[in-house]
Amino acid sequence: MNEFPDSNQDRRPSGPELEYLGIDSVSGPLIVIRGISEVGFAERVEVTGPDGAVRQGRVLSVSEEAAVIEVFQGTSGLSQPGSRVRFTGRPFEFIVSKEDVLGRIFDGLGRPLDGGPAPYNGEPRNINGYPINPVARAYPRDFIQTGISAIDGMNTLVRGQKLPIFSGSGLPHNRLAAQIVRQARLLTGEERFAVVFGAMGVRHDEAEGFRRGFEESGVLKNVAMFLNLADDSTVERLITPRIALTAAEFLAFEEGMHVLVILTDMTNYCEALREVATSKGEVPSRKGYPGYLYSDLASIYERAGRLTDRPGSVTQIPILTMPDDDITHPIPDLTGYITEGQIVLERALAQKGIYPPINVLPSLSRLMSDGIGEKRTREDHRNLSSQLYAAYARARQVQRLAAIVGEEELSLTDKRYLEFARAFEHRFLAQKDNEERTIFSTLDLGWELAMLLPPQELTRVREEEVEKYGRPHGKTADTGDQEQPAAP
Amino acid sequence: MSGKRNTRLPDGQDARIIMVSGPVVRAMPASGFAMNEMVAVGPEQLVGEVIGLEKGIATIQVFEDTTGVRPGTPVRGLGLPLFVELGPGLVGEIFDGIQRPLKGLREKWGDFIHRGKIGTALDRDRPWSFTPLVKAGAGVRPGMKLGRIPESRGVDHYLLVPPGMEGTLHRIAAAGEYTIEDVVAEVETGQGILPLRLYHRWPVRKLRPCGRRMLPAEPLITGQRVIDTFFPLARGGTAAIPGGFGTGKTITQHQLSKWADADLIVYIGCGERGNEMTGVLVDFPQLLDPRSGHPLIERTILIANTSDMPVAAREASIYTGITIAEYYRDMGYDVALMADSTSRWAEALREISGRLEEMPAEEGFPAYLASRLAAFYERGGQVTTLGGDRGSVTLIGAVSPPGGDFSEPVTMHTKRFVQCFWALDKELASARYFPAINYLQSYSAYGDQVTRWWQDRVGTDWNELRTEAMEILQEDARLQNIVKLLGEEALPDDQRRIIESARLIKDDFLQQSAFDPVDTYAGPEKQYLLLGVIMHFIHRLRDIVEARIPLYQAMELEVVADLHRAKFTWKGDDPAPFAELRRRIDQAVDGILRRQAGPSYPAGMGEDEQ
Repeated sequence: MNEFPDSNQDRRPSGPELEYLGIDSVSGPLIVIRGISEVGFAERVEVTGPDGAVRQGRVLSVSEEAAVIEVFQGTSGLSQPGSRVRFTGRPFEFIVSKEDVLGRIFDGLGRPLDGGPAPYNGEPRNINGYPINPVARAYPRDFIQTGISAIDGMNTLVRGQKLPIFSGSGLPHNRLAAQIVRQARLLTGEERFAVVFGAMGVRHDEAEGFRRGFEESGVLKNVAMFLNLADDSTVERLITPRIALTAAEFLAFEEGMHVLVILTDMTNYCEALREVATSKGEVPSRKGYPGYLYSDLASIYERAGRLTDRPGSVTQIPILTMPDDDITHPIPDLTGYITEGQIVLERALAQKGIYPPINVLPSLSRLMSDGIGEKRTREDHRNLSSQLYAAYARARQVQRLAAIVGEEELSLTDKRYLEFARAFEHRFLAQKDNEERTIFSTLDLGWELAMLLPPQELTRVREEEVEKYGRPHGKTADTGDQEQPAAP
Repeated sequence: MSGKRNTRLPDGQDARIIMVSGPVVRAMPASGFAMNEMVAVGPEQLVGEVIGLEKGIATIQVFEDTTGVRPGTPVRGLGLPLFVELGPGLVGEIFDGIQRPLKGLREKWGDFIHRGKIGTALDRDRPWSFTPLVKAGAGVRPGMKLGRIPESRGVDHYLLVPPGMEGTLHRIAAAGEYTIEDVVAEVETGQGILPLRLYHRWPVRKLRPCGRRMLPAEPLITGQRVIDTFFPLARGGTAAIPGGFGTGKTITQHQLSKWADADLIVYIGCGERGNEMTGVLVDFPQLLDPRSGHPLIERTILIANTSDMPVAAREASIYTGITIAEYYRDMGYDVALMADSTSRWAEALREISGRLEEMPAEEGFPAYLASRLAAFYERGGQVTTLGGDRGSVTLIGAVSPPGGDFSEPVTMHTKRFVQCFWALDKELASARYFPAINYLQSYSAYGDQVTRWWQDRVGTDWNELRTEAMEILQEDARLQNIVKLLGEEALPDDQRRIIESARLIKDDFLQQSAFDPVDTYAGPEKQYLLLGVIMHFIHRLRDIVEARIPLYQAMELEVVADLHRAKFTWKGDDPAPFAELRRRIDQAVDGILRRQAGPSYPAGMGEDEQ
């Protein structure tokens, strides 16, 4: 094996650039090279095959005599003697500046796909980023109106939150994400808003659908797209979200923009991680995923938030498809432990023709209670949403009961709950994908539905709130055919 | 700096790295290292710890990111095991898993955490007021309090004679202001005169010695009704809070750290969200400790190793926290330690173990998971300190079982070592029923031990009330199976009474809002009074059913609405409104009975229940 020490004597601070000829073994996406020195852990590598094409890679582990490298574009076509490996002495980096990334489309490794030049203004940044010091974080509290009742009313999104969409194959998660992007932007000043879109293993038409959606709503110039498509390299997916977040952090914390990051589909990301871990022969934990899946996902999801001393924010909406719609699968499960809630799409609702098919019961926004209420949304928001939750949860139980005993056998109160469930699903949850509801119309609609229930069932709202919002024009609620007399 | 230069060793003493794989590096020769010794890796002096010595090779876990670290880089032993600094300046501060002060890191590096050497955990320049408690010439033994240093408004710090030091106090400083580096006392021992400063170092993996361990007998009041009344925790006890995501583990932990009746809280955010630690940092300076009236932050020490921070430091964070807790215990304080989450700590163990290529046991966890968990929970307890005081460390660990499945290794093993098990339930949580502690799966082994305290201090019939309430809940759970199939209407009235009674207990007693200013904390008196009045109404429901009066007539009484509101209305410092509510319940129930029975019904029946 021949060694070509780098001719460039101007060595960069972290390590020398070195080039070696020949590789010792190839296994899946990994190659091993021996007889090396001066190679650092996790540094970026360029592998040139016999065909002259340059592939990117990263050092996974290194010892005195050998380095294990993962190659992002796959190892197909690499030959043992005919390949060259260049160690760059630097971690994986992405050069980012506002002009060079917004309105642009890149591939999964940050190379331009739109015919424009590669970003060259600005500092190269380590795509792994650095953990935000908890002392420097500002607690997220600013309400973002998405115009979608199931989110605004029941699972409020706040700026700096990480709120994933748990979906299933074939459910309209992309449509929902596109609607959020379109509508959420309207609350903020145009120029301070940016969207960073990271696609991992999505189909070509899905990516194109997003692009067209951005174009039609006129936000394209504020969007940076990083696309690793379904037919692109699997291992490359490990890099894509990190490049996207490097751009997002720069736009938010250096340029003061409010950045919404859409990452789709995290399931493909996790599968790529499993593939590499398996090739390395690591001990698997649940369902073959590596034991560090949690830490690895956290290193992505935790790159959201606000800082006390800087104006911008990074809000993340990762999308994942639950394998077999199973929320206990390691991917949604570990995601749910890291993110600040989840929006869960349900197939049964979608089959009823309800869009967006958000099941509010397993959905949750952990930051909701700090983002709503008087001065933020409206004073009655917390109690009303709690009431709607409780009522819908009870209504679902009644639905199950009705399936067994038949609807006729139900008590009158239970029948009212069934009526409530229908109205809640078809009027509150369902909306058109160009329909934008203000938070006030969402809350008013919620009250209208709550008033379908017998008054004694409204245990989570205060009497004054019922008076003020439930019967806004002094009209009394229809007490209907009650089986039980009202309280004296 | 070029790598070549690093490989030239000045004195041949340093070992060099031969392999890097994530947080694990190997170095040789190993001869200069001791097991668990702290090391500095490379010119950036990344902090690491020796975790294996074999065949001339030292295995080291590095507590910082190892990107760019190369074979050939020197590794220097620091001659000390992984330690923490113990002294004034801990309270109200936030540290990372290896006790680097996060505020200090921010000053040095800005908003993001970088790696490399940083100053010391405790501020060297800050002056502390010191008052000597012992005169020179006195005989001293370990654990004796030599001086007092007010650390916060709530906490007095004491200068203790360190374990193992015995002799005569040769000199002690006069009252005044000193920094932690100043020698404030000298002890004449068999080994000569030893200086004492306001701080010392202690290895985190070594138990701090204490006197006798005592059996827990006193409850640690948390102000959370479902815990204190049904699954009580004892001072010096151990508890686990397992729950899937979204079931409210963190809120429960926060509630406990806000309201637990302890002198000091050590809160470890171990592999959890950054925003949660920020939330604590924002809330705790504003919330007041119900006992002292001072801001909660003045009795709180935070350890934050969030999920995106290096994994090896996450493993260390638990030990950093518990060593600090033991230190304050040794001053005679009751300390409560919250670890959120022990599952992330176990995962850190698993990750390191995987890098070491150890043989895995269940689900990839190392075989020593159980013994490590046991060793951690064994560090809790109520003790007499070396100085003769009484102190305690209460341990509360959150567990995050994958998929909410309690049969996974961390939950299963934890269950073996804790005495309280507060199982959080996904179904309760999704009905927004908080705290979502499942009263059928949870248990506490301290119920009998703390009964005496409640009977002496709060109410003689405490145990009867809670036993009866629990029986109703159990009976209700059985009936709910029928209700699920046939509906509530299908049950006879005496069984519907059970369902209604259980609903009252669940909604008006067990459910507790963390966000309501009154309801968020319920002292023991309030818990007793509230449960008392609810149980009184439940007893009266029996009269209604026996008189063959439809149950709804009672459930729709106006006084029931007041019963629902009671927990939000009164703080429990005054029993009068509860007595009044009882009286109105009797009045209303008697009214119904009288209407049913006609004039023959004797007035005042039922009031004997008081």
